[in-house]
Amino acid sequence: MNDVNGVALGVFIFFFLAVTVMGFMAARWRAAENSQNLDEWGLGGRSFGTWITWFLLGGDLYTAYTFVAVPAAIYTAGAAGFFAVPYTILVYPLIFTFLPRLWSVSHKHGYVTTSDFVRGRFGSKGLSLAVAITGILATMPYIALQLVGIQAVLDVMGVGGGEDTNWFVKDLPLLIAFGVLAAYTYSSGLRAPALIAFVKDTLIYIVIAVAIIYIPIKLGGFDDIFAKAGDALSQTNDAGKPRGALAPGEASQWAYGTLAMGSALALFMYPHSITATLSSRSREVIRRNTTILPLYSLMLGLLALLGFMAIAAGVKTDNPQLAIPQLFEDMFPDWFTGVAFAAIGIGALVPAAIMSIAAANLFTRNIYKDFLKPDATPEQETKVSKLVSLLVKVGALIFVLSMDKTVAINFQLLGGIWILQTFPALVGGLFTRWFHRWALLAGWAVGMVYGTWKAYDTPSATQKHFGNTTDIPGIGEIGYIGLTAFVLNVVVTVVLTVALRALKAPDGVDETSPADYRADSAEPAAPAKRPAAAAGTTDTAGAASGH
Amino acid sequence: MPETSPPGSRPVITPSRVVVGLCLVAPFVAMLWVGSYAKVDPTLWGIPFFYWYQMLWVPVSAVLTWIAYVLVRREQRARKEGAVR
Repeated sequence: MNDVNGVALGVFIFFFLAVTVMGFMAARWRAAENSQNLDEWGLGGRSFGTWITWFLLGGDLYTAYTFVAVPAAIYTAGAAGFFAVPYTILVYPLIFTFLPRLWSVSHKHGYVTTSDFVRGRFGSKGLSLAVAITGILATMPYIALQLVGIQAVLDVMGVGGGEDTNWFVKDLPLLIAFGVLAAYTYSSGLRAPALIAFVKDTLIYIVIAVAIIYIPIKLGGFDDIFAKAGDALSQTNDAGKPRGALAPGEASQWAYGTLAMGSALALFMYPHSITATLSSRSREVIRRNTTILPLYSLMLGLLALLGFMAIAAGVKTDNPQLAIPQLFEDMFPDWFTGVAFAAIGIGALVPAAIMSIAAANLFTRNIYKDFLKPDATPEQETKVSKLVSLLVKVGALIFVLSMDKTVAINFQLLGGIWILQTFPALVGGLFTRWFHRWALLAGWAVGMVYGTWKAYDTPSATQKHFGNTTDIPGIGEIGYIGLTAFVLNVVVTVVLTVALRALKAPDGVDETSPADYRADSAEPAAPAKRPAAAAGTTDTAGAASGH
Repeated sequence: MPETSPPGSRPVITPSRVVVGLCLVAPFVAMLWVGSYAKVDPTLWGIPFFYWYQMLWVPVSAVLTWIAYVLVRREQRARKEGAVR
């Protein structure tokens, strides 16, 4: 274990305190008159413009775990880990086509979650419940992984404690960080991460810009870095297989492509992505954002290259998650190490806050209101959501503290496979009403079971279970399990829809109309969910700053 | 996928919609055809082709999405004006 790095820790604490103050002040930022409404707490009043949405989505999607895990994957296996870049390239043309429709119909009917939409579109509480539970299940380990990101930084700074310190001292810094996060999320809702995202992203951009110039100079340029990394990756292990390569070989190209595609399809099925999207002011804001969000992907690509730098710099660690924090510690002067670690630490707080809000909204709207208390008032909804956001975080904390880190990572991998299975109901539903609700439910179930079973059955690089790529049946190539499960899901859905339509199985009531999917912010929103006064202020704000 | 227009108003497939479609599909073709870029040479400032080529596609796809955005917005405005008249 490292000694405590005092300067780095000081800088880290400074930034942490700064964002804590911001988090609590956020409650008053752009506040509405009626704060006891789930639209206010859970969606920031649906009022965010282009730039706030950009920071919020960027802070939400490119999480601390991403920043640690992507270069860690490169550090471990070389080229295969770079699939995160094509994945984030493909996300934007994809969401360009369907998110504006989701925004419009949600605006029109006051939907807060994807399950709200699915229930309204297909008139099926069962299908909506399936989507909600999948969302919550997939989000929990994701929150846990944000904690893993903070832990990695704390470990390298030497405040994680050694093997021999007792668990309380060891985990105290993490408990404090999470306690603070929970408190300001509770009081400020989505406004807190939106405001903190400004700090997080600014820090991250500075750190990456410095790292990508400063470290290669210290290591003798990219030629040297890749020569050394190429050598290290071609070393064979005990089984005679090389660790990785600088470019994927023939055999691993399908895996690379399907991982990129499957992950791109899955990203905007996650509740936290949708929460950040629905908080924007208009469908224009979303489309505009698909053209400026790729700046984050560029940053992610540069960051991934740090994995090679860690190899070239001779960073040796048993836990690849520590490779990048360790590289920073080795390369940067202490004060800048502190800045870099603050960037990662705060980078964990923003998505963790949004994820817990998103999971809480799902529970409140689609389990509590639909099944437990149908006559809940907006005030009660907000109250329940706030409480559940706390519970979700405590759950994630227990997850991380009581179980091995690999458990969280395994579940996150499963979460990606699971959440992808909600795609047919959500995106399919946005474009057509042809799919039958029961067929969608059956397809979802088949995809969930197949994906879970296959992932469990597949060995990964380091363990016997929970690999993410295996043979695609009938094609003879290696591919991403989530995508195979998704294709199976679609096939089952289509076949059963044909059958159910032939049998004239009862169809649910569709409360939406085709025009709803093109509605813009100028048109009146759902009167029941949004008081006229609040809607009025939002729209004037929109007109005033709409450029 | 293009949005379907109400029956009897305008053609569903217009030249600008075709361009929008192409702009949105191009990144998929480029990125999923992994074999076209899975190689080390030529390098750029010492960075293997595999990496700089994919990173080059980030701004390229952003520009393509931006073109799609401009075209969609223009068409929506045109349709709104048409509706007013």
